[in-house]
Amino acid sequence: MAAPSKRRVIVVGGGLAGLSAAVRVAEAGLSVDLFSIVPVKRSHSVCAQGGINACNEIARQQGYSEYEHFDESIYGGDFLAHQPPVYEMAHWAPRIIDLLDRMGVPFNRTFEGQRDLRLFGGSLYKRTHFAGATTGQQLIYAFDEQVRRYESEGKVKKYEHWEFLRPILDANGSCQGIVAQDLRSMQIKAFPADAVVMATGGNGLIFGKSTNSVMCTGGAASRCYQLGAWYANGEFIQVHPTSIPGSDKLRLMSESARGEGGRVWVPRKKGDNRDPRQIPVEERYYFLEERYPKYGNIVPRDIATREIFEICVKDGLGVGGGNMVYLDLTHLDREYLERKLGGIIEIYRKFVGEDPAELPMKIFPGVHYSMGGLWTTYTAKPDGKGMVYGAPNSMMTNIDGLFAFGEANYQYHGANRLGANALLSCIFDGLFCGAGVANYARDRKNAADAADAAIFSNNERIEEDTQRRLIESKGPENPYAIAKEMGEEMTAASTVVKSAERLMQARVKLAELRERFKRISISDTGLWTNQNLSFARATGDMLILAEAMIEGGLERKESRGSHYRTDYQQRDDANYMKTTVAKFDPESSRPSISFEPYDLPLVQPRARTYGKVGG
Amino acid sequence: MVSDTQSAPRPSANASRTVRFRIKRQDRPGEAPRWEEFLVDAEPGSNVIACLQQIARMSKTAEGKATTPVCYDSGCLEEVCGSCAMVINGKVRPSCSALVDKVVGPDGTITLEPMSKFPVVRDLAVDRSRAFHNLERVKAWVPIDGTYHLGAGPKDTPANQETRYTLSTCMTCACCLEACPQFNLEEDKSKWDGEFIGAHAISQARLFNAHPTGAALASERLDVLMAKGGVNDCGNAQNCVKVCPKEIPLTESIAAIGRAVTVHAIKSFFSGR
Repeated sequence: MAAPSKRRVIVVGGGLAGLSAAVRVAEAGLSVDLFSIVPVKRSHSVCAQGGINACNEIARQQGYSEYEHFDESIYGGDFLAHQPPVYEMAHWAPRIIDLLDRMGVPFNRTFEGQRDLRLFGGSLYKRTHFAGATTGQQLIYAFDEQVRRYESEGKVKKYEHWEFLRPILDANGSCQGIVAQDLRSMQIKAFPADAVVMATGGNGLIFGKSTNSVMCTGGAASRCYQLGAWYANGEFIQVHPTSIPGSDKLRLMSESARGEGGRVWVPRKKGDNRDPRQIPVEERYYFLEERYPKYGNIVPRDIATREIFEICVKDGLGVGGGNMVYLDLTHLDREYLERKLGGIIEIYRKFVGEDPAELPMKIFPGVHYSMGGLWTTYTAKPDGKGMVYGAPNSMMTNIDGLFAFGEANYQYHGANRLGANALLSCIFDGLFCGAGVANYARDRKNAADAADAAIFSNNERIEEDTQRRLIESKGPENPYAIAKEMGEEMTAASTVVKSAERLMQARVKLAELRERFKRISISDTGLWTNQNLSFARATGDMLILAEAMIEGGLERKESRGSHYRTDYQQRDDANYMKTTVAKFDPESSRPSISFEPYDLPLVQPRARTYGKVGG
Repeated sequence: MVSDTQSAPRPSANASRTVRFRIKRQDRPGEAPRWEEFLVDAEPGSNVIACLQQIARMSKTAEGKATTPVCYDSGCLEEVCGSCAMVINGKVRPSCSALVDKVVGPDGTITLEPMSKFPVVRDLAVDRSRAFHNLERVKAWVPIDGTYHLGAGPKDTPANQETRYTLSTCMTCACCLEACPQFNLEEDKSKWDGEFIGAHAISQARLFNAHPTGAALASERLDVLMAKGGVNDCGNAQNCVKVCPKEIPLTESIAAIGRAVTVHAIKSFFSGR
């Protein structure tokens, strides 16, 4: 352990990326202030189900390697990801599994006591480690426990039920801390820091119903973007092929259901309304298996989602003529299902009231993950094989001193994330890039305690004024209604399939919603635990980030990974093998879109077919 | 032309039903609670949270009076984060997995109250920081040497892994504490350490004692659980295990820790500690 330093680091967000960063920075001898809207143990990482990828000894002896994991992730991401960070992550993955194991994560075991493995999307090797079907929950608990230990030793201070409102920038544009709000007393307060890590997750709520938790608004990223942080690849939103539609959210049905042998099908005959158990096998269309004989049901998510969409919407073969297909586990042994998939089977039982061991589940794609996020940089090794450990710019945004980790940044996953790579990228950011943050904070010249005190009080005042305007606004509009319309519009225009025509329609709709937002009134104007106010503020920020997604989608005139344009159906490497960068223009409050080229040091682009046969 | 059909379907085509919600509300800590009623069109298959979301959108009582949105905690909405526990028709449970059709009374009413063993923050939101504090009391963690690469952890049998996994699904929702006759409201933090620690923390002590590295702290955990507020304060009402949404065998954990504490006490006696 390094010598203690007086320097402080703020971590915003207590999911896997934030907690692992907090642990790493505290271990380096710096003080950590950890901010989270919810008690950190309740962060959205708990919802990850299937597992975490890493090369392992069995796969290695079958010909797999860290390089293969890297190559799969680049191919799965349709050649949009920067390669050095992905290379480094794949090579760190086995160490991360070892660490989690040491921390007590109850990974499933083989009879001999080894860590068990399962198959997952985009790979032909078993390289996914898992704890039942609640792997994310088990991983975040392990880090939550370590943070509690550091908290008891005074190395980490938690600010739970606090919401991030803005980064504090000095006259040179360097980040010197944050303004946050206590969601109980509603006190708005500035906190100085020598480095700020945004580990604030995704933005599913922009699409209304998604698999995300209720706090995943993207509000924090939007607030950084509005103050000059660039937002990259925002148009790349992962729609998970298998979710359970609900009236409050879309509940995830893990890819592990297919990894463990689950089969996706629809009746071959249109309008076949028989009980699925009465439909003989030869009258079932296992369309993923027929179209992708090599990968079958575990093709990557963007592909599975588009196929399901096509089957339902274009071919009209959805169950009962609607937007549903079967995900069938009934051929698998009940005891096996309970042991490997207990958590997700329980979710289906509890929320749908049917037993997946008896009846095929009815599922449809749902918005799940944002590949895009805050633009970040890093230091590549000279040969491009990985990143330099401890480099002070590890996942720093374009704002000096402001970093972004986990789903909040745009690295690792390119145009489509492979299943079970998200938990990995979050922990990797925390541990690997956390070391860089500690170095940055320790060595930076313009320390926060020497900063002009006025910038802290000024930034507090700006947020107090914004809040006052929201409270005093007395128009006819309801923020919940605006958020609902935004979600419906974004889902309709900018998820599985997109076109210029539909995106331009969304642009008009978002402009209308932004205008209406200026005339909202909130029904609760008190200053104690005002969830109404917090939601209203996030709604305004979601509308702004939504526009960056729409504009990026319009400018990217190609199809790549999760971004599929009906009017530009081919991948166009010559023009668009580039990062979309959205910069917020404070004058017009609108994004300007540019494309940033990047090097491909190791893996050259190839056609991404996953062995599809026929049309 | 892209259609707007990329949205997931509504959960059911059946008609929604009108449900009357009776909600116990309180504006601030220390203020007197009051009751308000709301009429909600609940879609088939919908849960209590979906109804609370609708109440927030309309902000109007059953009598048509304007009111503030009801305040409540929520997160994942799939019973894995532990946020949304509340007392529904007299029984504590997560509100996300409380399906309207299953909990609605014969008179078409659902009653919501905040948990009573924790200070009310506002309406249905309570402050459960004491439940997390009690995890710290039993050092509910594996004392690793740090996050540098030091090789794999210990091997584990499938049987022990399954036991640990089940215990490790505890999401600190605190339902077990709400249902426990020995666990009572205590707003004074300085008194927490002498009061009953709760089934969740006892079970977590069992979890970490079952891990080869975690067991290094077993003796310290048992010291805490042997003292006032420890496992001997359990009155054996067995309410905890009945309300646990994750069906964690809490009474088994209490029994196991009870035995371990007895052995620990005898050992401590003979070693002169």
